[in-house]
Amino acid sequence: MPHTLSLADIPIGASVRIAEILTPGNNRRRLLDLGLVPGARVEIIRRSPSGNPTAYLIKGAVIALRNENAAQIMVDTN
Amino acid sequence: MSTINNPGLSVLQEIEPLLPTNTANIKDRIVSSIYQQAESVSAQVVRSKNSQYTGLEARLDNILTSRWLGFPIMLLLLTLILWITITGANYPSQLLATGLFWLEEQLTALFLAVNAPVWLSGLLIQGMYRSLAWVVSVMLPPMAIFFPLFTLLEDLGYLPRVAFNMDKLFRRAGAHGKQCLTMCMGFGCNAAGVISCRIIDSPRERLIAILTNTFSICNGRFPTLIALSTIFMGTLVSQAYSSVLATLAVVAIIMTGIATTLLVSSLLSRTLFRGMPSFFVLELPPFRRPQLGQILIRSLLDRTLFVLWRAVVIAAPAGALTWILANSFVGGTSVFALIVGWLNPLGQLMGMDGIILIAFLLGLPANEIVLPILIMGYISAGSMLELDSLNALRILLLDHGWTWITALCVMLFSLLHFPCGTTLYTIFKETRSARWTLLSALLPLLLGIVVTLLINQGAQIIMR
Repeated sequence: MPHTLSLADIPIGASVRIAEILTPGNNRRRLLDLGLVPGARVEIIRRSPSGNPTAYLIKGAVIALRNENAAQIMVDTN
Repeated sequence: MSTINNPGLSVLQEIEPLLPTNTANIKDRIVSSIYQQAESVSAQVVRSKNSQYTGLEARLDNILTSRWLGFPIMLLLLTLILWITITGANYPSQLLATGLFWLEEQLTALFLAVNAPVWLSGLLIQGMYRSLAWVVSVMLPPMAIFFPLFTLLEDLGYLPRVAFNMDKLFRRAGAHGKQCLTMCMGFGCNAAGVISCRIIDSPRERLIAILTNTFSICNGRFPTLIALSTIFMGTLVSQAYSSVLATLAVVAIIMTGIATTLLVSSLLSRTLFRGMPSFFVLELPPFRRPQLGQILIRSLLDRTLFVLWRAVVIAAPAGALTWILANSFVGGTSVFALIVGWLNPLGQLMGMDGIILIAFLLGLPANEIVLPILIMGYISAGSMLELDSLNALRILLLDHGWTWITALCVMLFSLLHFPCGTTLYTIFKETRSARWTLLSALLPLLLGIVVTLLINQGAQIIMR
């Protein structure tokens, strides 16, 4: 079943599991290095005052991603 | 598939056609399993009470990056730091000036006593010593207050929050999110700011960040702005509010600089460097309890003394050069006065005068010495007086026809002119291109000329 929800669609406070990363190339490596690997749990913490970027809790560290980058990370909501 | 020079990966590439899924998926699985392994190891051996992002940390971020309070808090902190610097620097600055100029009198007396030639005492005392004394007494106190306060914010972990709050603006300007951090670094020193642009990996956005770094008011320029704003903007209202207004004027110049950064970045990313903003990851590190002793040592030794030393090393020869220019004569007029005469018409159009422009030109090696050269220019051009406080500086400037419009134009030109010599050299080293270096000097200079022209002409029309 294809994943239809991306990290950018999830409301603040929710916790999701990474399903698939669509980001290509070097940036994919950077995301993997941060711990954004398939199966990892991510919590959506807060948005910046202007709504973009959004901060995520990933393996105990707070990481901010621009929404267009987060839209390439597909998630499972369970 | 991107270029690969890793033997393990080339094996992956070879077996790719044999696999049901693509290699990216395999790499993901490899990294995932490494993470799983690491997590299970760390779960066995690491015990921590509050490794998660909760409690105080989250509550602080709720306030600092809140929708309504985020921006006001940034502005308030900036204003507070500058206000503490301006009010706090006043008295020690006077004390230092009194002491250093008392020493100048003693030195002059000593030179007289040993019958030293007039040119020697002129070159050494009125040229070198006096500009040094000015650099030290005008710059040291504000730096010794400003740097530790700024380092404190850095140490607390506040700066990444600023980047988090401001990113949308940089994104709209087509710039990289990290440019906000290189901009902050530029407030310390533009040369350091330009070097810090290495954290931006996309060449397009890195060049934008480098070319716009000079719009961050650096520490060489803060003292000039603070002094002029105290003298001219401060006296527009009653004594009780003068330091507040002076602070707000400096804040306004800084905000103008940030606005210019965004505007020029946006312009560049739509013309010379067209392209999409690239990928951006920003870590918001945990807040830390600041280590006050470390902050003091780091900011006083590494920054204050470093910048002061640089200023002193450059101010001494520049002071000597200025004195020589003012005391070598061609047909009855000094060389200094000749150059001032050429620059004067342009200066007048821009709301300033020839001496101010020559001060900026001779100040190319370091912005710190613009004000001292200016003062020496006025002194050598006529009245000889003892400058022992900001009030004496005020009288000197008023005597030479300064108004608040002059002060405003000088402050704006200080924001918008060519970067200092060190920064230009750094830009050349970082970009390896004479063309970009030239552009980095001409772009702000052109902006400065246009802006001061408009402000001055506008003010003349309104005042008439």
